[in-house]
Amino acid sequence: MIEYLTRYYDKLLTATLEHLEIVMITLMISLAIAAVLTIVSSYSKVVSRVLLNLFSMIYSIPSLALLALLIPVTGLGKKTAIIALVIYNQYLLLRNFLAGLEGVDPSIIEAAKGMGLTRMQMLFRVQVPLAKSALIAGMRIALVSTVGIATIASAINAGGLGGILFDGLRTMNIPKIVWGSILSALLAILIDRLLVFVEKRSEKADK
Amino acid sequence: MSTAIEFRNVTKTFHGANYSAVDHVSLTIDEGEFITILGSSGCGKTTLLKMINRLYEPDSGSVILFGEDISTVDVVKVRRRIGYVIQQIGLFPHYTVSENIATVPKLLKWDKAKIAARVDELLTLVGLDPKEFRNRYPSQLSGGQQQRIGLARALAVDPKIMLMDEPFGAIDSITREKLQDELLNLHRNMGKTFLFVTHDIEEAFKLGDRVIIMNEGKILQFDTPEAIIREPADPFVQSLVDSAKAKEAFWRAYL
Ligand SMILES: Nc1ncnc2c1ncn2[C@@H]1O[C@H](COP(=O)(O)OP(=O)(O)OP(=O)(O)O)[C@@H](O)[C@H]1O
Ligand SMILES: [Mg+2]
Repeated sequence: MIEYLTRYYDKLLTATLEHLEIVMITLMISLAIAAVLTIVSSYSKVVSRVLLNLFSMIYSIPSLALLALLIPVTGLGKKTAIIALVIYNQYLLLRNFLAGLEGVDPSIIEAAKGMGLTRMQMLFRVQVPLAKSALIAGMRIALVSTVGIATIASAINAGGLGGILFDGLRTMNIPKIVWGSILSALLAILIDRLLVFVEKRSEKADK
Repeated sequence: MSTAIEFRNVTKTFHGANYSAVDHVSLTIDEGEFITILGSSGCGKTTLLKMINRLYEPDSGSVILFGEDISTVDVVKVRRRIGYVIQQIGLFPHYTVSENIATVPKLLKWDKAKIAARVDELLTLVGLDPKEFRNRYPSQLSGGQQQRIGLARALAVDPKIMLMDEPFGAIDSITREKLQDELLNLHRNMGKTFLFVTHDIEEAFKLGDRVIIMNEGKILQFDTPEAIIREPADPFVQSLVDSAKAKEAFWRAYL
């Protein structure tokens, strides 16, 4: 086990970095899209319900099936994997973002509205700062899920730790299976901790 | 004296309700009056108030402020011209006292020095020492102090009309008396039009130049406290006055 690590550490490192790359790109794109969708949803209850139902439906498609559906359109590889991951994230992000923003004390919202804040001012000056921990919680869920599903995406040649894992499965190479799993779990935990740290820091900065 | 607020046959029925929260109300309020709105829970006081700053839109009829039909004016503009204070106060917990008060001045891009001066002026006006309070967070204030900040925040850009929805509803009776006296003082010195909702008859009669008595969405009587006590217009008003008199008699028995 350790022997595999010392012999192939560069291969493992490359796979880990590749995995991280997929996760980070996915996260950036997901957040940008989710932010826009959240703003759009804040203008209309109907739109927000339609979007949530749509993404919840897509979210329930198994990941291999969604990848298979995308291949004829976008081909094999990283790009397709990232598209699928971004689509999955929209449900997790949007649901948590909207729940967080709606969870802000209604009397604060009413006071702000009565003072003549526009919807955008309300969103960015009042709702987002007050819902910050709920927003970060949503991002954490999306990140952990992305790290996990990204391993499956290597089934369509997207690379990453899933490549090592699937290789191991195909050849019944136990060290490969174990290292592939441990490293992807470790990656999920580390990124999650990092976000918790960011959240704590920003809370301290508020006080 | 000019007319500050006019309701012309205003009706508002909420979706699914089988009676109107505000039912064909017409009224005229002069600039500088202190009006209190009295009535039991659910009679439409809040609904009436919220149609003035367009938090609610009437189903029919029109609301006119200083001669201007507010349905033709941008909502945000209407609201920034009106001070609004609610029972739950709704201070922003992530802002300091001075940031809370400065919210609208900042949106209007006043310069920093002017904002700072205004914050201190308002804190003094509501009886709080600026040095001690301006940098506190709402969680570091008592209920009464929070409501003073709520009032200061609503006064920030010197609105001509102040709407107050049971602002002292959750405050103990001693602090409440004090706040009532201060509010009367403020009103006397500012010449603004005040609308103050309460379901406490003593508060309504003490504060109001004129009192609106509502029941089930309708205005039963709109007159000075003296006139209402002298000549209740309706059995419901009569029973309100009687209940206040009974309370008075109860206390008198102990003196
Ligand atoms: N947003 C709303 N949606 C549906 N119905 C409402 C809404 N707001 C008020 N109502 C209804 O309209 C009626 C009048 O309510 P309103 O809040 O104006 O009463 P109120 O006199 O302010 O009562 P309270 O003294 O309890 O605050 C009530 O029957 C209430 O249930
Ligand atoms: Mg009310």
